[in-house]
Amino acid sequence: MNPPVFLLLAILTVAAAVSVIATANPVHSALGLVVTLFLLSVFFVALDAQLVAVLQVIVYAGAIVVLFLFVVMLLNLQGEPRLTGGKGLVVAATAAALAFTALLVTLLGRSAPAPSNTLPPGFGETQALAQRLFTSHLLAFELTSVLLLVAVVGAVALSRR
Amino acid sequence: MSPTPLAWYLGLSAVLFTVGVLGVLVRRNVIIIFMAIEIMLNAVNLAFVAIARSLGSMDGQVMVFFVMTVAAAEAAVGLAIILAVFRSRETTNADELMSLRW
Amino acid sequence: MGVDVAITAGKAVFAILLALQVVALGVFFERKVSAVIQDRIGANRAAIFGFAGLGLVNTLVADPIKFLLKEDVTPAAVDHLLHMLAPLVSVVPALLPFAVIPFGDVLQVGDRTINLQAAELNVGILFVLAMASLGVYGVVLGGWASNNRWSLLGGIRGSAQMISYEIAMGLALIGVVLTFNTLDLQEMVRQQGRLLWGWLPAWGVLYQPVALVIFFTAGVAESKRIPFDLPESESELVSGYFTEYSGAKHLMFMMSDFIEVVLVAALVTTLFFGGWQVPYLARDGFHLPGGAMLAVPSWGVAILQVTSFAVKVILFTWLQIVIRWTLPRFRYDQLMRLGWQGLLPIALLNVLLTSLVVVLVGST
Repeated sequence: MNPPVFLLLAILTVAAAVSVIATANPVHSALGLVVTLFLLSVFFVALDAQLVAVLQVIVYAGAIVVLFLFVVMLLNLQGEPRLTGGKGLVVAATAAALAFTALLVTLLGRSAPAPSNTLPPGFGETQALAQRLFTSHLLAFELTSVLLLVAVVGAVALSRR
Repeated sequence: MSPTPLAWYLGLSAVLFTVGVLGVLVRRNVIIIFMAIEIMLNAVNLAFVAIARSLGSMDGQVMVFFVMTVAAAEAAVGLAIILAVFRSRETTNADELMSLRW
Repeated sequence: MGVDVAITAGKAVFAILLALQVVALGVFFERKVSAVIQDRIGANRAAIFGFAGLGLVNTLVADPIKFLLKEDVTPAAVDHLLHMLAPLVSVVPALLPFAVIPFGDVLQVGDRTINLQAAELNVGILFVLAMASLGVYGVVLGGWASNNRWSLLGGIRGSAQMISYEIAMGLALIGVVLTFNTLDLQEMVRQQGRLLWGWLPAWGVLYQPVALVIFFTAGVAESKRIPFDLPESESELVSGYFTEYSGAKHLMFMMSDFIEVVLVAALVTTLFFGGWQVPYLARDGFHLPGGAMLAVPSWGVAILQVTSFAVKVILFTWLQIVIRWTLPRFRYDQLMRLGWQGLLPIALLNVLLTSLVVVLVGST
């Protein structure tokens, strides 16, 4: 992905993320989240991670945020009278956030590994990911499936009256 | 055109992470706090994928797969908790959900 | 480089135009088929000086003019951003999967081989699923933005129905992916050109009949057609989640409904009925089972394949229209029970059996 396209998409992504935390209406925040996730999926495609990009849309943008929207609608949240936690908190948090960003960007920029232009064949495709999942990361895979089962049972148990 | 350097992707990931942290610190509605947590997780995903591409290793993408799955499980249970809390307390304001504090 | 971009753009435009034209003609097609089923002559009023042009006047002139010139009545209390966004979010994810559906094999132009698929993704079928999951937002936002309790009810029912049947659809597709060992739709169609026992085209329906039934049912449920149209049930919820829409936005919702019909038909043809495959037709001509060979030029082969694809898609669109005008509507709890307690376990069993067979056959 060449730098001008990256800059444009990056600005849009950050704007969408800021709209998630800055708008009063929770449904607008959820929409901002969908836009952020979709733009991140575009970045994933540009980074040769096609399967992960499509999974991001299916799982995150297509299921998790729908879940958020359902909860917002069930609770009938129209928008909150008191949006943020007081002016002092906002100023302090923003200052801390800026300092934190500066720190992260400096550290990450310093230790970035040199990019390799030759990728192994089939990089980012389903077969490569699946091969890793079922051989070297098998234990994590099985534990994740148990985790999902626990989550389903827990969600049903918690939402019973 | 030269490809975008890795540092730019990591910078974007850092900015998104901070936006998420800001959201958690500043907003009072627990559902918006939850969404900000999702933004943080996605920023980390972006960093993983960018570094995986740069190192030519698929392990980063496997990590992203697991992060997504765990985030889905967490979202399901977390929202169920929020629903249960809302039923008894009629509020989603984090400042008012403080009966466990000292 | 520029020529490549032009060729891809041309394919994309062709795919979208194909989808939209079939939708336009399909609306008229539906009215005529429903008229035949109900023993009447339908849609014969639109004509210019008595010339009805086989329904083209109705479809291409009268209907669009009517919809676009209708007054767009937007209630004052709606959330305007969401109200405007919902029809778009419904139409665009319904149109995008046409980019990955192959409508032909290859076209030889000079020394250039053009693959007749607009976007050659190696995760093609997951892209279709992704767009299907994005289509839920149109329903959810349409119901919520209308600030109307019947719309909200229709919207919530509709989205719950869509996400439930997405799961059954995905699991049915896993069986298909296991059979063809690829996620790329063009590759799947190419593999369906093989001949079993020398004479039977190896279409997907022979390998995965259960997956066909599940996928077709789930597809009809996803597009909220009768018998699964409780979200927009005319007799119960006024118009469900698009009650407060009129004019061009209403047209977009109706369009998305029919685009999904054509999409389900196209997917069923691609996955289960050989897509653009004509039996015994290879790239250089017909190879009949007796050993006879009939040479056909490459452009003729391409035309035959695209025609075969179109005929099959029209057939499955007709099937969905007939189902719509024949069956009564499911009650909401029956609908959800069918999705979760009926299709889901059967789809899981299908995956289990298919993987067993693949492993056993592969190991011999």
